[in-house]
Amino acid sequence: MAREIEGTTIFEGGQAMKGYQLNKMCFSFNDPENRKAFLADQAAYMDKYKLTKEQRDALASGSVLKMIEAGGNAYYLAKLAGILGLGVQDIGAQQTGMTVEAFKQKLLDQARQ
Amino acid sequence: MARIIGTLSTSHIPAIGNAIAKGLQNEPYWKPFFDSWPPVREWLAREKPDVVVFFYNDHGLNFFLDKMPTFAVGACAEYVSEDEGWGIPTIPSVRGEPKLSWQIINGIVEDGFDPVMCQEMAVDHAITNPLLLMFPDAKWPVTIVPIAINSIQHPLPGPKRCFDLGRAVGKAIEAWPEDKKVLLIGSGGLSHQLDGSRAGFINKAFDTECLEAMVSGVEPLTKYSALDVVEKAGAQGVELMCWIAARAAMQGDVKELHRTYHIPISNTASAVQLLSHSRAAETAKAA
Repeated sequence: MAREIEGTTIFEGGQAMKGYQLNKMCFSFNDPENRKAFLADQAAYMDKYKLTKEQRDALASGSVLKMIEAGGNAYYLAKLAGILGLGVQDIGAQQTGMTVEAFKQKLLDQARQ
Repeated sequence: MARIIGTLSTSHIPAIGNAIAKGLQNEPYWKPFFDSWPPVREWLAREKPDVVVFFYNDHGLNFFLDKMPTFAVGACAEYVSEDEGWGIPTIPSVRGEPKLSWQIINGIVEDGFDPVMCQEMAVDHAITNPLLLMFPDAKWPVTIVPIAINSIQHPLPGPKRCFDLGRAVGKAIEAWPEDKKVLLIGSGGLSHQLDGSRAGFINKAFDTECLEAMVSGVEPLTKYSALDVVEKAGAQGVELMCWIAARAAMQGDVKELHRTYHIPISNTASAVQLLSHSRAAETAKAA
């Protein structure tokens, strides 16, 4: 049985296969022309990369947890977050259900452990 | 013969690159991290390494899931810093040291590793940020050899495998007949997690254990599995493997010259640690 780690999705073979198209699209964002094309017509760009319905819905919802569930990998999703202008604290706050201020405080508090 | 003069391990958080580009080094948020660098730069200016061997992880710039190597060694004449998709400025290209690359590849294959060999390799912030921190004028006085350790696609190589890789790389470097000074870099860490409902996880106690082990020897860390490291250091804290490999390459006398540990930069427990290395004691023993 796979090992469970609290609040963490292990990006193993199953996730990598499930998320392949989504991650492939995100990988394409290393090229500025592709970032532009995505912003110009997101639906057409997602068609081009053959995203699944679950992946499209996850992107439409803006929920990072749903994108991860749909097979998104943190390292590739980061490129999408960059396009959407989200920093790691915004993403952290969203995933933990905290305000950005509270999330930043949580980080600071761990210095005093 | 080539000589390993030490290991410099450092966090490579993308935000560091942006802070450098914007000149924020003296802002209160950034100062504790950037203040660790002047003494490191003094040491570099004194010791003058010729080649820097990086143990690092690619963040989806050079490698995709279509072909994801567990270990990859660069054997390029030049390494190009490329757009990563979210705004980190690129840096001037860095010259490689192909002779040492092949020395390492030949050595580690002989020792049972199966690295991917790369003659073209784009490098990301895991290489560019440490270089800029070491040499802020971006005039690189060193050549580099990058050794990538998979931190994206599980199963990841764990601490024991990365320790053994480091041992094999160290052996190959020290068998290189050129009279060159080699500095090792463990790039990444320490504890952090960007994804999932545990995002923002930091583990000061485990980081401290690792920083201590970097001084006395990282063999005790090999009792952990890769998933143990995910649990203890966070999903992206697995970059610790790069530190373990770099430290394992040094088998002589190790002295800690500098350590900074600061929470947080971005979502990460940041750390900079400089260790010097000499084989003097072993030579004396042999004589």
